[in-house]
Amino acid sequence: MHVIGAAGLASSVPAAALHAAWMDSKGFAPAPPSEDTVTPRGYATSFNNFYEFGTDKNDPAELGSRLTTEPWNVEVAGLVGKPGTYGIEDLLAGVDLEERIYRLRCVEAWSMVIPWIGFPLKMLLERFNPLGSAKYVAFTTLYRPEEMPGQRSYFSSIKYPYVEGLRLDEAYHPLAIMAVGMYGQVLPNQNGAPLRLVVPWKYGFKSIKSIVRIELTETRPRTTWNLTASNEYGFYANVNPTVHHPRWSQGSERRLPSSLFNGNRKISTRMYNGYDEVAGLYAGMNLRLNY
Amino acid sequence: MLAGWDVAVEIRSPGSVFGADPAEAIVSLLGTWTIRLLLITLSISTVARIFKRPKIVTLRRTVGLWTFVYACIHFTAYFTLLAEFSISAWLEDFSERTYITAGMTALLLLIPLAVTSTRNWQRRLGLHWRKLHTLIYPAAMAALLHVLWAAKASFLDVFIYGLALAILFGERIVVRIRRRAGRGASSH
Repeated sequence: MHVIGAAGLASSVPAAALHAAWMDSKGFAPAPPSEDTVTPRGYATSFNNFYEFGTDKNDPAELGSRLTTEPWNVEVAGLVGKPGTYGIEDLLAGVDLEERIYRLRCVEAWSMVIPWIGFPLKMLLERFNPLGSAKYVAFTTLYRPEEMPGQRSYFSSIKYPYVEGLRLDEAYHPLAIMAVGMYGQVLPNQNGAPLRLVVPWKYGFKSIKSIVRIELTETRPRTTWNLTASNEYGFYANVNPTVHHPRWSQGSERRLPSSLFNGNRKISTRMYNGYDEVAGLYAGMNLRLNY
Repeated sequence: MLAGWDVAVEIRSPGSVFGADPAEAIVSLLGTWTIRLLLITLSISTVARIFKRPKIVTLRRTVGLWTFVYACIHFTAYFTLLAEFSISAWLEDFSERTYITAGMTALLLLIPLAVTSTRNWQRRLGLHWRKLHTLIYPAAMAALLHVLWAAKASFLDVFIYGLALAILFGERIVVRIRRRAGRGASSH
């Protein structure tokens, strides 16, 4: 991973700051392999899985503009010392934004490389004074069918709102961030505006978008894809080329954009999406069972 | 045919038609047209019966063969663009992914139908030809399962195809029952 200076963000986000030194001081900066060039922005903003807007890849870009992201409040609940409803401007006040270039591996066996702008999730959670009994963090996406046509579909097996979660030690890992921007600009709606999770060592569906609720819990929270098809999607959903999926081979991935006759840019999928520094979180766990 | 034009434009300017993942988009577009053509093939005799236009049944062979051609291109696109000519990737998909198993089954069932579609074969097989060509029904079921099992969370397409297939199957059952009843009545 490498960190480069964030360009000026659009007005609704505080000035971006550089945190390269911070990342370097943590000591994990494996040089990305040569194929890790940043995906052109146009592809990252027009090829999205955000089923709240529809299940076609171009639906979110076409229908996402209907979403109102101002004002935006996040309800903080559960095992925290400071529960309440926070406006996004409160959550971002005094936060130093940094750019993180991460690989994004979708469970559908495609991948991109995205320059996110955000801040460590741990920084956010600690502001709410988590209690010692908290073991997990649960997130909820906005439920607003009038602006999100996918939530009105009669033919969807997904129950909305979309929910996701992490073990608290996963959430506290420095690689896990809350993103508010990408490509030096605020997040487009189709990419999960105005506030989304990015957990680069897990399949993309864990990185929940357009978050309106954060709850710290003692028991493992329910997660949408696990509820939809538990034999296919587990709670952990760590990128793992050795655990086969009933739909897609997870041994390799197609780095997008692919082009038809230029070779498909198929590359080998790496354990934890190449972010080996998270391996300690799962020491001693059977990853075949905890997929 | 439509897909051909889109592919030509895509080759001239990558990303312009099929977006970031043209391989997946093309395979899926070809699959969509394959099952639609299959349903159109099945509907020809139904339409001929309902509207009493027996002559249009002659279209069935042409549309049926186009269905087979699309199924073959759909498979070829999958094998070249997604499996990237890897037999082992294909075999893994075939054995581990039920929707691929179903799709391959549908394609295999269509092969004898395409081969025996000529008048010559029709004459040679005589009464067996009709029986052989009832393979179109398990092929259609397998194709529907292919679409159903490939669907992640959105079932609108599957619902429409399934409804169409149910209507076409239902009409045939009704015809059969009536024919049987008619025969029974006349023997008395």
